Amino acid sequence: MTSLIRMGRLSFLTIFGIILIYPIIWLISASFKPLPEIFSTVNLIPSRFVITSYINGWKGSGQFGFNTFFTNSFLLVVPTVIATVLSSVIVAYGFARFRFPTKNLFFSLMIATLMLPNAVIIIPSYLLFRNLGWLDTYWTFIIPSMFATYPFFIFMLIQFFRGLPRDLDESAVVDGCNSFKILTHILLPLSKPALVSAAVFQFIWTWNDFFNSLIYINSVKKYPISLGLRMSLDTSSISNWDQVMAMSVLSIVPCLIIFFLAQRYFVEGIATTGIKG
Amino acid sequence: MNKLGIVFRNSDNRQWIGLLYVSPFIIGLLVFKMYPFLASLYYSFTDFSLLKPEKFVGLSNYIYMFTKDPLFFPALKATLLYVLFAVPGKLAFALLIAVILNVNMKFISVYRTLYYLPSILGGSVAIAILWRSMFTKDGVVNQFITGMGLPAIDWFGIPSLALISISLLSIWQFGSSMVLFLAGLKQIPKDLYEAGTIDGASKLRMFFSITFPLLTPILFFNLIMQTVNAFQEFTAAFLITNGGPLNSTYLFGLKLYQDAFQFAKMGYASALSWILFLSIMLFTVIAFKSQKYWTHYEDGGKF
Repeated sequence: MTSLIRMGRLSFLTIFGIILIYPIIWLISASFKPLPEIFSTVNLIPSRFVITSYINGWKGSGQFGFNTFFTNSFLLVVPTVIATVLSSVIVAYGFARFRFPTKNLFFSLMIATLMLPNAVIIIPSYLLFRNLGWLDTYWTFIIPSMFATYPFFIFMLIQFFRGLPRDLDESAVVDGCNSFKILTHILLPLSKPALVSAAVFQFIWTWNDFFNSLIYINSVKKYPISLGLRMSLDTSSISNWDQVMAMSVLSIVPCLIIFFLAQRYFVEGIATTGIKG
Repeated sequence: MNKLGIVFRNSDNRQWIGLLYVSPFIIGLLVFKMYPFLASLYYSFTDFSLLKPEKFVGLSNYIYMFTKDPLFFPALKATLLYVLFAVPGKLAFALLIAVILNVNMKFISVYRTLYYLPSILGGSVAIAILWRSMFTKDGVVNQFITGMGLPAIDWFGIPSLALISISLLSIWQFGSSMVLFLAGLKQIPKDLYEAGTIDGASKLRMFFSITFPLLTPILFFNLIMQTVNAFQEFTAAFLITNGGPLNSTYLFGLKLYQDAFQFAKMGYASALSWILFLSIMLFTVIAFKSQKYWTHYEDGGKF
């Protein structure tokens, strides 16, 4: 009887999983199909494999191809991720390990900004960046992330630091470590799962970001992958779905690789620190 | 230093250093959050385009919005319907699958990873493109439907179906909420179920008297976060349906974007953003107030 339930459970999970992942598999398979076949069959196996959609799609239709958009995405995302993780670690350490005046005030404000909608600050942010001359540069992403403007990561790291015993710090003080050395030599080596989770999340979110890029980045030369894809969607009026799909597949590859490399850290990680994704 | 000594008896210089560590956050908060937040409130009372300096106009943006703007109420309606479809749908799947996944079995982590995958990719332009291609007239969804002998459906031509198709994109990403439910399920003491079994309670009964009440704090958290996000949805409406047909998917985020960045009505769009903010606040306050009727924060001792 119980084995029957197990079988039922397993087959449900499998079938449901296949339905769930089918769109992604279909996208990948469609990108290798000849164009007329994309909208004529639900078969996942192409009648013949073509890679011309990748070659032509990569070149792009205008002056700039996807090599530019990919490079741009990395130039935007990597510094943003590094700045976010560094600033969030330092701020989280301050909150988790020290008692200072105004701490409760700023902690509450941090929790409040967790729920502050981006939509309500986007217009003044745009105007501010315009006055600072940052529009159409990646500074619009990098500089705010240097100032720990992602409360989600601060909160996550605070929760993690709280789980590390304070005795560690205290014995380091006895050994003559200053507070910064305690962070870099004692706490950070133990925080790898939390740091990896934060970096992976920020990578994926920034890589996939569309709204902020659309507003802050205007010249095609500087388009990250999300805007490049959107442009190919516009100009083609969808006559070359095969190329659009091939580039869509390429655009999700970095996220897929990072997700699968790091998933043991981070599906567990967010579950234990207890916050959204 | 003397004053500090009174406040914190054990304190030394290390405590003040905390403020130094937190200072990047304080600067970021003031410059990139508080200032824009207050500035948008101010702009909402002005007539302001990028070409000319702002002019204070009192409440007229808000009055125009509620009395003249032909797209304000359609946008509000589309957004509310979207939230009402997408959020409960997402949370229901997240809870259901979490309960089924919550067993000690081989390969469970494989399934968990698989179900989480859509949450990783869901917000991207690539998936918006995929969704658009799947739900077009000759798309793969219709091929399945006609394959079963049913007539093809014009997903993007019928208002309610267009809204459903973009809501499905949100529901598809239930994995992130599911992971939190799973973490909650792991914390429920096993002996509660043992006691329930001894008392002869059915599985369904145990779900409603043990599992569900103990998960309500996580349900509450998921509800708040997902609703705040759903109110602001932009990418799906912009790339998949472009607001149509008949403004049925003209979400508030899309209206805000068009007024601010296509028509350069910065003052008016700021007023819109404040209405969006107040709607979200209203929902949050109601949710917090209602908490005492349905969330359960004690340990499970009462059962």
